[in-house]
Amino acid sequence: MLQIISVLMENKPGALMRVTGLLTARGYNIESLTVARTLDPELSRMSIVCDVEPHQRPQLIKQMNRLINVLQATDLTEISSVKREMVLLRVRAALPNRTAILKEAEIFGARVVDSSTEGYALEATGDSEKLDEFIDIMRSYGEIEVTRSGMVAVSLEARKLKLAGPTEVGPRQETAMVRD
Amino acid sequence: MLLECLVREGVDCIFGYPGGVTLPFYDALYDHHIKHILVRHEQNAAFAAQGYARATGRTGVCCATSGPGATNLITGLVDAMMDSIPIVALTGQVTSKLIGSDAFQEADTFGITRPCTKHNFLIKNLADLPQAIHEAFHIASTGRPGPVLVDITKDVFQGQAHYSPVNSIHLPGYKVFTEGHAGQIRRAAQMMWEAERPMIYAGGGIIAAGASEELTSLVETLDAPTVCTLMGLGGLSSSHPNFISMPGMHGSYAANMAMTHTDLLIALGVRFDDRVTGRLNAFAPHAKVIHVDIDPAEIGKIRNPELPIVGDVKRVLGKLNAQVNELKESSAAKNAEPRKKWWAQVNAWRDENPMKPSFSDKEIKPQHLISEIDRLSGGEAIVTSDVGQHQMWSAQFIRFNHPRLWINSGGLGSMGFGLPAAVGAQFARPDKLVFSIVGDGGFQMSIPELATIAKHALPVKIVVLNNGYLGMVRQWQELFYNNRLSSVELDVFPDAEKLAAAYGFKGRTIDKPSELAAALEEAVREPGPYLLNVKVTPFENVYPMVPAGGAINEMVLANPQPVSVD
Repeated sequence: MLQIISVLMENKPGALMRVTGLLTARGYNIESLTVARTLDPELSRMSIVCDVEPHQRPQLIKQMNRLINVLQATDLTEISSVKREMVLLRVRAALPNRTAILKEAEIFGARVVDSSTEGYALEATGDSEKLDEFIDIMRSYGEIEVTRSGMVAVSLEARKLKLAGPTEVGPRQETAMVRD
Repeated sequence: MLLECLVREGVDCIFGYPGGVTLPFYDALYDHHIKHILVRHEQNAAFAAQGYARATGRTGVCCATSGPGATNLITGLVDAMMDSIPIVALTGQVTSKLIGSDAFQEADTFGITRPCTKHNFLIKNLADLPQAIHEAFHIASTGRPGPVLVDITKDVFQGQAHYSPVNSIHLPGYKVFTEGHAGQIRRAAQMMWEAERPMIYAGGGIIAAGASEELTSLVETLDAPTVCTLMGLGGLSSSHPNFISMPGMHGSYAANMAMTHTDLLIALGVRFDDRVTGRLNAFAPHAKVIHVDIDPAEIGKIRNPELPIVGDVKRVLGKLNAQVNELKESSAAKNAEPRKKWWAQVNAWRDENPMKPSFSDKEIKPQHLISEIDRLSGGEAIVTSDVGQHQMWSAQFIRFNHPRLWINSGGLGSMGFGLPAAVGAQFARPDKLVFSIVGDGGFQMSIPELATIAKHALPVKIVVLNNGYLGMVRQWQELFYNNRLSSVELDVFPDAEKLAAAYGFKGRTIDKPSELAAALEEAVREPGPYLLNVKVTPFENVYPMVPAGGAINEMVLANPQPVSVD
């Protein structure tokens, strides 16, 4: 089963590499990955879909949390969350088919974003299985070209986010490993 | 400006090697009071910085130029990462406009070192530099310590700006849990009195946190047998009566038997390394585990503890000791009888197979050499080592009465570590007698550092345990590959006396047991550096030994059959 991990991190160069590096170092493939800025422009939210052995996952998430740039990494696989994906799809279709395509699009809640003599460009959102079906159906109407966004997810459980406070600068004592 | 940041962080010396893009930095160093120690290879700059850090607990600093300078640092960075040693590495990078153009001596240092460091920075604007330097020192030295690299472009080095002090840094994602959960600590104290066969398993975390005193107090209150891992040696004085030596692959019989039979394993600042645990399903099979570590990612990584405590082991032990003492009166009597039996059993294991060095009057046995060094050290000298047989014998036979005396490459096992680490340690502790015990293999990997030692007349006593082989690999070939000795013979070795003389100090080769004590004493008496090449029995193996993947109570205690030597 594919799993989804949500990572809140600082919007800084290299931050993405640090997180994905933990997966690549173990030889795991990333199925999809989305990153974008949050309301706070200094932070980004990343959603990673990957296939990690279940017993490895808690350890992996702890190691993500250990990264300096990561504020919080959460495993959304088993907690209640909403997961969505978007697909942009171009379908070439002969004129007689075009009404049928529009009807199908309506069933899937897809919007037409471009229309030409060649065919349509459609936009649909939903969970991945629904989009798989949508793509399958469109394929039956003619040649298609697809771009998927990868999954984004939001947890439905409120989680308190604990952040570190500022620290003073200066030489630390010999064995000081301690911060208040 | 960079130097002002370093002064503010209390840096007094840097181990480094200059190059094209760091020229402006070296120009500023020219008449600055921060000492720069010119090593002979960048890898050794990182090792020396580690030697400095391991001997003092202060953050070590190393410096290299872009491209090859930076890539040469890598082994030293990974080594520091594995052993949680605080160092800050400063590297030069090509001018920011040239990044990505395959400029001369350009390498993607920031990318290459990402998995080799606790954190790293690429600084392309002078304004960002002070913040990054202070963050680097903060990250390196707090929490679970580790290496941090700051890659600085040439234009930043060239920039002039007034240093306006940075007073606070803010890393919202960097959470350090120091205090430990009060309820968990209380439960831990209860478990400690409820156990019939408790034992303490102390690691490098004790050294990093400076928690020796607290550990000793816990050991004495509980009167539990205690093992220190390779990284934790000196955490509890080796002369302490409760110390039953090192556990694991080449650990003592008593340590491994006790680990196997304990009913409460108190794991303090350890990471359940495979060299300690052996086959996991046979490791401490009867034990509940209390695991104290500052890094949450270590909890449950290898062994799920019954009681985890995330926190700084010094702080946690401080609180724990208070609780354990409080409960002592009401609880100590309860299990007094089984605990007495437990000690009797542990002592029986100690007597059954004690760690005994072997001697011969024909050849110098390596264990003989090491125990002579132990005699001269008396548990007080700093000893650095490489990796291999000499390292294991040193760990087995040399006493360390204090923390930060035993300096070796534990996790990564880097050959060539011992000599440059001794350079760093001797600079950090000029008052201390420093032995660098190295094999004939590892010594030849860092031979260029003899120049650094000579240049600064560092009174390091270099003792080469010379068996003419890559001993540990040879041992495995003998035991597991039908004694087919493939590419392990080191039959060419320089004449030590001439080699040392070429660098301007004293050296000598010995091969007779009768010469050993006097030769070592002479080396120690010599005010400057000394290179003592000791030819030892070539085919000696390190025992006890737990074959890789074996259970730790199934130790091989001696050569299984006489070995045919051709």
